[in-house]
Amino acid sequence: MSDEAYLMTKHVLELSNLACRRGGRLLFSGLDLSLTEGGAALVTGPNGSGKSSFLRVIAGLIQPLQGQIHWEGQNAQKFSDNFRSALRYVGHSDGLQPVLSVLENLKYWSQIYGSSQDLKKLNRGLESVGLFDLSELPARVLSAGQRRRLALAKAIATDGRLWLLDEPTVALDRQSIKRIETAISEFRSSGGIVIASTNAPLNLSDCKALDISDYQWAEQN
Amino acid sequence: MNLSAAPKGNFWHRLANPARFERLARWLTPWFLLGFLGFVSTGLYFGLYASPIDYQQKDTVRIMYVHVPAAWLAMMTYSTLAISGFVFLVWRHPLAEVAGLAAAPIGAVFTALALVTGAIWGQPTWGTWWVWDARLTSVLILFFLFIGYIALRNAFDDPSRAAKSTAILAIVGAVNLPIIKFSVEWWNTLHQPASVSRFDAPAIDPAMLRPLLLMACAYLCLFFFVLIFRMRLELVRRRITALQYAQAGVSDR
Amino acid sequence: MGRTELSGFIATLNRDLSIARREGGEAFLAVLFFVLGALLFPLGVGPEAQLLAAVSAGLIWVMALLSTLLALDRLFQADWWEGTLELLVISPEPLPLIIAAKCTAHWIVTGLPMAVAAPVMALLLNLPPEGWLTLVGALLIGGLALSFIGSICAALLIGSRRGGVLMTLLALPLYIPTLIFGAGAVQAAVGGYDSTGHLALMGAITLSSISLCPWVTSAALKQAME
Repeated sequence: MSDEAYLMTKHVLELSNLACRRGGRLLFSGLDLSLTEGGAALVTGPNGSGKSSFLRVIAGLIQPLQGQIHWEGQNAQKFSDNFRSALRYVGHSDGLQPVLSVLENLKYWSQIYGSSQDLKKLNRGLESVGLFDLSELPARVLSAGQRRRLALAKAIATDGRLWLLDEPTVALDRQSIKRIETAISEFRSSGGIVIASTNAPLNLSDCKALDISDYQWAEQN
Repeated sequence: MNLSAAPKGNFWHRLANPARFERLARWLTPWFLLGFLGFVSTGLYFGLYASPIDYQQKDTVRIMYVHVPAAWLAMMTYSTLAISGFVFLVWRHPLAEVAGLAAAPIGAVFTALALVTGAIWGQPTWGTWWVWDARLTSVLILFFLFIGYIALRNAFDDPSRAAKSTAILAIVGAVNLPIIKFSVEWWNTLHQPASVSRFDAPAIDPAMLRPLLLMACAYLCLFFFVLIFRMRLELVRRRITALQYAQAGVSDR
Repeated sequence: MGRTELSGFIATLNRDLSIARREGGEAFLAVLFFVLGALLFPLGVGPEAQLLAAVSAGLIWVMALLSTLLALDRLFQADWWEGTLELLVISPEPLPLIIAAKCTAHWIVTGLPMAVAAPVMALLLNLPPEGWLTLVGALLIGGLALSFIGSICAALLIGSRRGGVLMTLLALPLYIPTLIFGAGAVQAAVGGYDSTGHLALMGAITLSSISLCPWVTSAALKQAME
């Protein structure tokens, strides 16, 4: 197998036998997923079924009941530095400080993630979600859709390699959704991996479909 | 899919099974009750009747046999909270957090008992119902530590969050307790005139030591008796809640 | 580009200070409450000068504790509400470092102004001038400890149903050593005795809380995320 072919089939993110229990309920178990560079998975399932918890388990916010997460061959739970540097999580909340400006919000996160704080780069990130004109405004005055886009700009502008997006298109109009989809495609074509959960339509080409309810079993006592 | 399959060999692992714990608990309970009755009767006999009176305090010193062991048990109970918290955080043993939950009110009661008997002891001796001596002040602070623990437990809807938070709180409290006691002693020596001696038992006569230790053993048996009882109660309560959740879950399918 | 050891600390410190500056008056409410105590106590116990002088050191310290507790809410609440806290928990920056930055910012915004306002309190409560310098010094050192120790309680209570009063109940026992040594230092200075022993003990408490509390708070925050 040529080097290129090997790299293309090498799984960068591997989830094996993942299980999660919350509030006494077993949300899912026996979940396996492998993604290569540029890969994507779309997570679906009824509300409350555990889509968010699934993303949070990968992000490291919730300890899984069992199972393992491997990033670039390493156990992500034991050697988390590498994983955390690569990981960008966009959850239900936007993760913004209302009194800071749009640009300042972005700058803080680029400092935290250690990515370049070059102004041009941050502005390009804002442009890709259509927020460049608002960069000096306090985040407080943005609409819900604009805040969502800024939350995604954080992932875009800070050189992540794995995006975990929890319902990224909620409260967005069609133009914004298109922007997001474009940003995701660009990210993937540069080798990024995306796992997105959604109930709304989100167009991801060539992605694995993961229905959480496939991994739910009736619990035996 | 049953994730907690075969019972592991280790005694503590096996004990994590509620049914097994229930069996062990039911076996142990009468022993602790008997122990308590035995120790408390001999302790009170020696304490209230067959031990010498203090030269200065005369008969009122007998309150010491109720007061001092209560303070000891209060300290021991807080250590139990801290140790069970530690065990829960490190090994995730489910019984550990149930033990903490069950022990906290017991500790609060022992602390209150120590405070009240301390006040009763102080009244004839010093003429007031309360004296800010180092030990009583520390016991009062300990009382608030227990109340804080109980309040934190009740502040969360999610029981696992409550358990973890209080585990951390108990460990932090236990680490701070020596520092707090030290600072209270320091404060006491700064502000008390030298003539006021420590609000303590006089030189421990062996005849006085015996009822003290007997009462301490009595309280210890009482502690374990009530603790195990409360733990069983809590496990049953959780089982009922789980069944209720299951019933609600089934109805929607 | 890239991260140095302290870049997360400095970035978070700057950010929290910017936020406090932009929010304007809110940060100063705690200091106002602090000075309010100077009004309440004479109204409660009477204006007799000697009485106030005798109790002023302790009163000022108690007010400092309560004001710090009131302000502890702001430490994590906004970040938790906005979702930035969970991002920080999973960020590549060490969480204790970020917590230390937030506690330091908290101290700069509440503890530092309180220490500066303390001479005003001392004047109103008739604290003899011999004690003023020690008062300010002790409040500076102790205020840092109060912010760090309080962060543990603030983290434990994130997202709980009862906030403020419960935090007070949890934190006050932990604050007692700082109170005793802080007030003791001022009283020693007033009495003409050497206060360095008290200040040294306070310094020890502050140093140990700076180094230990961020780790405990970090554990508390992580379990709050689940």
